Amino acid sequence: MRKITYGKAISEAMHEEMVRDENVFILGEDMGIMGSVFGLTKGFRDEFGENRVIDTPISESGFIGMSVGAAIRGMRPVAELMYVDFTSVCFDPIINQAAKMRYMTGGQVKVPMVIRAPEGAGRRNAGQHSQSLESLFTHIPGLKVVAPATPYDAKGLLKAAIRDDDPIMFIEHKLLYAGKGEVPEEEYIIPLGKADVKRAGKDVTIIAYSRQVTFALQAAKELADEGIDAEVIDLRTLVPLDWETIEASIKKTHRVVIVQEAPKRCGYAGEISAQIMEGAFDELDAPVKRVAGLNVIPPFSPALEDLIYPNPKDIVTGVKEILGK
Amino acid sequence: MSAKKHGKELSLKFYREMSKVRAFDEKASELFTQARMSGNIHTCIGQEASNVGACQGLRPTDFITATHRGHGQCIAKGGDVKLMFAELFGKETGYCHGKGGSMHIANVGLGILGANGIVGAGIPIAGGSALASKIKGTDEVTLSFFGDAASNQGTFHETMNMAAAWHLPMIFMCENNKYGVSVCIDRVTNTEDIADRAKGYNIAGVVVDGNDVFAVYDAVQAAAERARKGEGPTLIESKTYRWHGHYEGDPMVYRTKEEINEWKAKDCIARLRQDILANHFATEEELDKIQGEVKAEIEAAVKFAEESPFPEAAEVTTDVYVTDNERSVTR
Ligand SMILES: Cc1ncc(C[n+]2csc(CCOP(=O)(O)OP(=O)(O)O)c2C)c(N)n1
Repeated sequence: MRKITYGKAISEAMHEEMVRDENVFILGEDMGIMGSVFGLTKGFRDEFGENRVIDTPISESGFIGMSVGAAIRGMRPVAELMYVDFTSVCFDPIINQAAKMRYMTGGQVKVPMVIRAPEGAGRRNAGQHSQSLESLFTHIPGLKVVAPATPYDAKGLLKAAIRDDDPIMFIEHKLLYAGKGEVPEEEYIIPLGKADVKRAGKDVTIIAYSRQVTFALQAAKELADEGIDAEVIDLRTLVPLDWETIEASIKKTHRVVIVQEAPKRCGYAGEISAQIMEGAFDELDAPVKRVAGLNVIPPFSPALEDLIYPNPKDIVTGVKEILGK
Repeated sequence: MSAKKHGKELSLKFYREMSKVRAFDEKASELFTQARMSGNIHTCIGQEASNVGACQGLRPTDFITATHRGHGQCIAKGGDVKLMFAELFGKETGYCHGKGGSMHIANVGLGILGANGIVGAGIPIAGGSALASKIKGTDEVTLSFFGDAASNQGTFHETMNMAAAWHLPMIFMCENNKYGVSVCIDRVTNTEDIADRAKGYNIAGVVVDGNDVFAVYDAVQAAAERARKGEGPTLIESKTYRWHGHYEGDPMVYRTKEEINEWKAKDCIARLRQDILANHFATEEELDKIQGEVKAEIEAAVKFAEESPFPEAAEVTTDVYVTDNERSVTR
């Protein structure tokens, strides 16, 4: 099968959906001539025109709010925020408008919009350009949250997100864009809310999403060398959450490590952990372990930045700890 | 140009400062291209007159908020290039101990309330500083640097409304270099001049030639005077241009060579040099000597930065909070 990058996979998903449905349009900063800062929409404007590939001013609150308005009128906006950190300046349209419109109108409207936003540390971009903010959105009823780890998943999940009738935070990881993986030529869709067992194992379940999936797989390999057989679950979609896959795995391994790049406190790993405590306590042979980022602000200095988020070694250590090894 | 009006001393001071800003960013660009520095930088080459004219029009006790393109703004407000380079290198000796990097240089002692990675976010912070001055009854002025694209953020409009209504001692300093990353301002706004927006808030709005350091200086001085007298804020639009891409490494597909060359021909430093020479304030040799001194200062700064230590690993958890740092960070 051909191999393409995560960035290209996202680009293809948008392209195919724009060809398929004329209500899909994209908007954001530098989408036109520049083809977006990460180059994902190069050539789109020539093909689809300025009405469907819109260069916005630096007015996130305005254009995310306008996406909500267009969506309730039957369009399917796919808005890009250059970095997820900039959701800070358009929280109202995301949290009070997009998320709540359907409910508060008693189901009269739907808000089929996607906000694509890259997150993550590791590029020496300091505190305002390196955060992982997914747990802010998982906390808000009305939003769906997707965080793919591979090119294959990114494409299939983005296509599903664009076709979905709810507002979706589609969170990409900056350090995954250049990574390649197998993606078929033929069209496919990955349904939202379906986790993927990226590696089967019997001794321990490692739950991860986004870039940490790649770290979890590296850790699993290292653990295998030491005779520990780890199962790696990639959640892919944080909301809706695939509880069945988690539960089935715990019934097999009885031990869980949850990994996230974001700061530990109030992160999504905490939520999953609590759900496991409430729903599968009897299956556990050890307390659930979280391996997560430090509760600090991403520092600029290369000497400090790599210390803030988990690496494969931390995952290995976490696994051994709950196995008592 | 009016070197004559402003005299020898100021003209040469501006020349030195502008040359220093240029040399700093040319060096930063070079280091970045050689991968000797990490992260991401936004140079202000071409905008030196705007940075220097604005900060020189203030008093040392006044305040600024800087932007992501803020190296020149910080140097012009008195930033030490040694400590700035150290910050760009992520070193312990940097202004923010390596925690902020290029986009976040701050030094409250110099009146630099912080550069910002969020477009438009410095504007209300400057407004708050001006409000503090008003409440305290002091005569400081706060100037907020921001780009043309930032003028399309809500923060610009909201702050301008409050600053106008409350007659805050504030200067809105828009450095209009025509582009927000790749998007030309005329594609996303319907007016010729951003300064026109001042009318909507009933404050003074001025357009200046941003490549004429004296024009910027005069406009800021006049605005600062109004502000100190309680006559409220001014919106100054400084029309200028950045020579490099939005960030170093930007392929710049959005503008032509001709446009860039047209603006390079209006180089603010060459222009000031001509003016100084025409007024016999200095000879070619004397001006070359200033250039040489500035370059040596920059080289020494880079050496200092490169030889400085990185922060200790333990630094990663400091300063998240002022108090209870340990409990609040690790639990
Ligand atoms: C809220 C927010 N949106 C987007 C960005 C990404 N970004 C950084 S600089 C920039 C362009 C700013 O243009 P302008 O304000 O004109 O300043 P200039 O870069 O021209 O100096 C953009 C879009 C950001 N940092 N913050």
